[in-house]
Amino acid sequence: MSTRLATGGRLLDKSRTLDFSFNGKQLKGVEGDTLASALLANDQMLVGRSFKYHRPRGIVASGGEEPNALVGLGEDGKFEPNQRVTTTELFDGLTCTSQNHWPSLEFDVGILNSKLFARFLPAGFYYKMFIHPRPLWKHVYEPFIRQSAGLGKAPRDRDQDSYEHFYAFYDVVVIGGGVAGLQAAKAAGQAGAKVLLMEQDPHWGGRAPVDGGTIDGQDPQAFVDATLDELKSMDNVTLRIRMMGAGVYDHGYVLGYERVNDHAPSAKGPRHRLWRIRAGQIVTATGAIERPLSFAGNDIPGVMLASAVRDYAVNYGVSIGDRTVVVTNNDDAYLTAITLKEAGLEVPAILDARASGGGALADRARDMGIRVETGKGIASVKGGKRVEGVAICAQAGEGAVLEEIKCDAVAMSGGWSPVVHLWSHCGGKLIWDEAEAMFRPDPEKAPTGDTGEGFVIAAGAANGMFALGEALTDAQSAGEAAAKATGHKGKSGTAPKGEAPSYAAIQPVWMMPQGANIKLRMKAWLDFQNDVKVSDIQLAAREGFESVEHAKRYTTLGMATDQGKLSNINGLAILSDALGQAIPQTGTTTFRPPYTPISLSSIAGNAIGDTFQPIRKTPMHDWHEENGAHWEPVGAWRRPYTFQKSGESVEDAVIREIKQTRESLGLLDASTLGKIIVKGPDAGRFMDMLYTNMMSTLKPGRCRYGLMCGENGFLSDDGVVARIDEETFLCHTTTGGADSIHAHMEEWLQTEWWDWKVYTANVTEQYAQIGVAGPKSRKVLEKLTNDDVSAEALSFMGWTEITVAGIPARVFRISFAGELSFELSVPASHGRALWDALMEAGAEFGVTPYGTEAMHVMRAEKGFIMIGDETDGTVIPQDLMMHWAISKKKEDYLGKRAQEREHMADPNRWKLVGLETTDGSVLPDGAYAVADGTNANGQRNLQGRVTSTYYSPTLDRGIAMGLVHNGPDRMGEVLDFPKVDGTIVKAKIVDQVFFDKDGEKQNV
Amino acid sequence: MLILDCPCCGVRGEETEFHSGGEAHLKRFGPGSSDDDFHGYLFEKVNPKGVHFERWRHVNGCGKWFHAARCTMTLEVFGTYSAQTLEPPQEIKDKITAKRPGWSWREFS
Amino acid sequence: MKRYSAFAVAREALRNHMGWERAWASPEPKKKYDVIIVGAGGHGLATAYYLGKNFGITNVAILEKGWLGGGNTGRNTTIIRSNYLQDPSAAIYEKSRSLYETLSQDLNYNVMYSPRGVIMLAQTEHEVRGYKRTAHANALQGVSTEFISPQRVKEIVPIINLDGPRYPVLGGLWQARAGTARHDAVAWGFARACSAMGMDIIQKCEVTGVSRDGDKVTGVTTNRGDIACDKLGIVVAGNSGHLADMAGFRLPIESVSLQALVSEPIKPCMDCVVMANTVHGYMSQSDKGEMVIGGGTDGFNSYTQRGSFHHIEETVRALVETFPMVARLKMLRQWGGIVDITGDRSPILSKTPVDGVFINSGWGTGGFKATPGSGWGFAELIAKGHSPLCDEFSLTRFKEGRFIDESVAAGVAH
Repeated sequence: MSTRLATGGRLLDKSRTLDFSFNGKQLKGVEGDTLASALLANDQMLVGRSFKYHRPRGIVASGGEEPNALVGLGEDGKFEPNQRVTTTELFDGLTCTSQNHWPSLEFDVGILNSKLFARFLPAGFYYKMFIHPRPLWKHVYEPFIRQSAGLGKAPRDRDQDSYEHFYAFYDVVVIGGGVAGLQAAKAAGQAGAKVLLMEQDPHWGGRAPVDGGTIDGQDPQAFVDATLDELKSMDNVTLRIRMMGAGVYDHGYVLGYERVNDHAPSAKGPRHRLWRIRAGQIVTATGAIERPLSFAGNDIPGVMLASAVRDYAVNYGVSIGDRTVVVTNNDDAYLTAITLKEAGLEVPAILDARASGGGALADRARDMGIRVETGKGIASVKGGKRVEGVAICAQAGEGAVLEEIKCDAVAMSGGWSPVVHLWSHCGGKLIWDEAEAMFRPDPEKAPTGDTGEGFVIAAGAANGMFALGEALTDAQSAGEAAAKATGHKGKSGTAPKGEAPSYAAIQPVWMMPQGANIKLRMKAWLDFQNDVKVSDIQLAAREGFESVEHAKRYTTLGMATDQGKLSNINGLAILSDALGQAIPQTGTTTFRPPYTPISLSSIAGNAIGDTFQPIRKTPMHDWHEENGAHWEPVGAWRRPYTFQKSGESVEDAVIREIKQTRESLGLLDASTLGKIIVKGPDAGRFMDMLYTNMMSTLKPGRCRYGLMCGENGFLSDDGVVARIDEETFLCHTTTGGADSIHAHMEEWLQTEWWDWKVYTANVTEQYAQIGVAGPKSRKVLEKLTNDDVSAEALSFMGWTEITVAGIPARVFRISFAGELSFELSVPASHGRALWDALMEAGAEFGVTPYGTEAMHVMRAEKGFIMIGDETDGTVIPQDLMMHWAISKKKEDYLGKRAQEREHMADPNRWKLVGLETTDGSVLPDGAYAVADGTNANGQRNLQGRVTSTYYSPTLDRGIAMGLVHNGPDRMGEVLDFPKVDGTIVKAKIVDQVFFDKDGEKQNV
Repeated sequence: MLILDCPCCGVRGEETEFHSGGEAHLKRFGPGSSDDDFHGYLFEKVNPKGVHFERWRHVNGCGKWFHAARCTMTLEVFGTYSAQTLEPPQEIKDKITAKRPGWSWREFS
Repeated sequence: MKRYSAFAVAREALRNHMGWERAWASPEPKKKYDVIIVGAGGHGLATAYYLGKNFGITNVAILEKGWLGGGNTGRNTTIIRSNYLQDPSAAIYEKSRSLYETLSQDLNYNVMYSPRGVIMLAQTEHEVRGYKRTAHANALQGVSTEFISPQRVKEIVPIINLDGPRYPVLGGLWQARAGTARHDAVAWGFARACSAMGMDIIQKCEVTGVSRDGDKVTGVTTNRGDIACDKLGIVVAGNSGHLADMAGFRLPIESVSLQALVSEPIKPCMDCVVMANTVHGYMSQSDKGEMVIGGGTDGFNSYTQRGSFHHIEETVRALVETFPMVARLKMLRQWGGIVDITGDRSPILSKTPVDGVFINSGWGTGGFKATPGSGWGFAELIAKGHSPLCDEFSLTRFKEGRFIDESVAAGVAH
């Protein structure tokens, strides 16, 4: 059993006991524990079930590479599935539950997958099965597969925690706070660089304090403490623990994932902080990860990485078992045996797969009385939910059992792989190091940044430098190089001298024993979470899935939540062997961010809820809010769709607003309309290029409605242009078009006609604009101004400056509603005052504010087009019968050449007409007019479509506009418009102007 | 996440400050031009693997358009320069030649 | 080719799965083929498959510079739908969707087509009108879709947040028979079937030049020697411009990076695909339990297969807004692919200025769903010189101003 030792536990404060619960069981841990060490201290080795076979799973690692031990952490709005226990710091009151089993962790029905069906479920079985009968896949097989996969429960509630983003800029970012990272940061800092050093764990120093050796003659921990003190005293160095380098992106962009309060959930402040860092140089001192060995039963709880066994003993004072068999192909695992022995635990044997055995550490182990067997390995592990023993065999053989040894834990080591993820994210290449049996960064092929130079330097174990002395020297030169590359020439100190016992050469062992038969290979796990075994990779290779990506995708190797940190190298070695090719020829799969999973909340940051996309507000927004506005999102704005009175439906409110406006007086908040100033000696020339109309001839004091097209010929925006003076135009655009049209103008001015003397300014938000419409509009205006706004002084399509309600204003005689209408434009800060004054003065006329829907209906009654309704990016002005707005005199305007193309100049296009249903009903939105027959693809032939359709309260019937094939030539024809359900609505082609065809109402 | 230097205001900013505007040094063909010329101008982009000349706008900055010479394979930026020119500065062309001997892009090399 | 079935799996289990044969052969290239397809992605393999199945043309090689299915076929978010607005699009995507319905049976390979339904959320009045229009168009195109109420959206997707706060859900366009499939399996299934017909799939074979006799194609040069052909189909998303350049013409295409991400796996919580175009996010749940999330495209030309992180931020924010529960999930992996964007964002399936060379490209961000339909139509185009499914997607349409613009209905990457 696993338990807490009386001694050891360098990271613990045993004086503080912490209560926590696992699957409802109340357990105790101590300050400094991870959830993993606390569970192990309580003999809770079994913590979950695997993905496919639901095999019992125990803790196998001690860090972020853990594939098995995932729990559901917390409750309700703080619940988080798939949390790794190895990187979860224990806190008082922690609650967690195990995953992927039913009805319980100890007794899981899903284990049948393993016991009965495993042999029927090899890699890729689902591609070969469930093909017949067809409906069963969706309704039976797939739901079953989905339910049995999936690991953690889905959260249900809204996140209760907060998150934030940081921007940060450093010369040198060092990722990894082990001794190499500390030394690299020190070297770079001493040279004068601005340095950030981050460490994902809550402790500095990495493995060195566990693994021992000496640095400048001292204990590694003393070096760590001293170096930290030095770094803290340097103003140009920033230190952060609990922060992981999550990803490296182009041009030196680094993502830092700081788990600020995961360990203290009741503390104030954000739970996670996402650092978006720009680094001149990045030093990856990310260490190395130990590889498992592939022997039968290597997935049984109690089989653990040798380094993890050592970590639990040294860091947390936890023994994994009373009797631990160590199995290895390298010297490092001997440290584990020695550590356990020194802690008073039994190590029945060290099985060293190397015929030649180990070096100095092996001698020491033997001296301590540990039995060391060379050239031996494990044929199989005994046990179900817990290791009970191992069968020993010759590594060179096929698995004949030589001896069985009782034990309750197995510590395995297949060698170490540098953590090259961050090096690789942005294109850094790897080389295969034959001697050390590992991929390590190729210093000649670092990821390159904006200058084309490399911007990542690997250091220490992450660079394949495993020996303590080597790692420190490497880190020193990495730190110096990084500082130098960022222009810092200060003098760094020298690397300290690290000393540790030298290791004998590793011998690659990808399968144990080397000639393992198929029965053993079917029990030798590569990917513990996804249940991928040696036999699966070999099957993939046999079936032609020869690319490493094919093998991965076919077997799901490395696709679990650990992204293959333990399994990938072993898997691709098996694949290479199966294909009879060298490992580098097989290559690796692509390393992608993040290094370990990061919360989606941290990525969203605080731009959620009300700050997700802040709402733009007009000066009158609050008034609308207080007066029953039923809002409609329009671009970044909200506009009142209508103003509901209490007890009134949305539809009734719209009808009332229209009637009141047509009969007397209505006010529209038109402030969202785009307003762009175009000014300069060449402004007229420029306007003539922007608009299809001739604008240069417009007289100051006059307005003209204009159309704008893109260079591709399609109608993009419309609006009224007012000429302010000889050199100045004010262009009104649609609400959605304000920013894009301004950008469009600037683009042409800056990149094509840069010699033209024109300035533009987007003044949309500088002005509040109010449409005053209706027969009483002049009357209400006259109440508020002494200036002359008579038809003689201010004729239709004219504008002038007046003072209204004491506020200086521009007034435009333009109309979108078809009524006598004035648009008042005042400085934004006066908008609300003017609105209030108009409401007050209008009271005697029965004034109503009206919203966007009333505006839409009234313009449709008048047959005015709406960008976005009559146009959709495929419509040209000619389609809308707006030839009057296309100047024939101009040689050029944007879109003119495009409109000369064959299809666009074709007279046989769909063109704008009015539509009236024969029964007076409202045509459905978006309905199409059908023609006879079907096209070559069997689709019903079409001859038109509805672009706008409304109930017109003015006419008390449905009205619509639409684009119809040669429509204007077919007045009076009745077309069939099928509804979605197939029933037909008949509508007659009519003039698009339904109301006041001669414009008598607006022109008074 | 690109970093670009705005040649107009001198600010070195990250990608989110800028807006990409596609291929640079387009020659506009208007009314009177042939269908082929107009089509070439509007649609047929070089879209190279390697050295590319493109337009950017410092949209969340000084608002100015400028040109950049950039590698689409490595994202290396060889230089940025004013949009108000008909060809890349010799200095930038020389820099590209030093790093990508034998390069060409439309009529430039 | 031995048939796949539960029985076959059981039989093989008894001999420890030692008897499975290769899913596809790995031949040396011949000197000459009737048709060479460049690109062994889903579209290229599907083209070859239907050349054989529908037209009896089996002297075909499919050349692949890397590994088959290794481009966008293996990098997309696996969504299959056909609720397109314009007739030519609806025709090819619906043809494709209907082929997916029986693809597992046709190929004897379970591609896990899962018609779990796709909802496109309407979150502005403008979108409401746009999707109602699409529903009307679809009804006449033979595509079954309906515009549904917010309440119905909530019934189908209980984890959705209907009330904004920024953009309320005003309804949605629902295609019940749309869904997802296992992307890799589509490529593998087609590859196995092509190989069984005697076609040669040649991986690690990079085309370095296109040989011509005047205006007529005669073959290709590759890193594995010259190979002659009568007809050449180019189906290389992300490299279309490069190949066109070799053949001697230019495409109205720009290549940019498109990103996607997945969460860690969780138990089933969403049984359909939801696309929220106003906030630019879409999501589905894979059979493994991962939430599969589509991101945006970078604005600049790139061949890097990775993208800028701020797009991931924007996407994740949109999803947290739409599905608050995802906030407590973690991002497991993000990646990118190279997509070819045309002048109207619709694909090109066309003859080219070079006699005998055909191009299938420009699928932008939505090519996976079209895989079988694209192969069906493109095979017909190669075999017969024209195809109703492809004719509107010609290379000359830009010059004529005859665009197929879908931005009306869906202005976002997907």
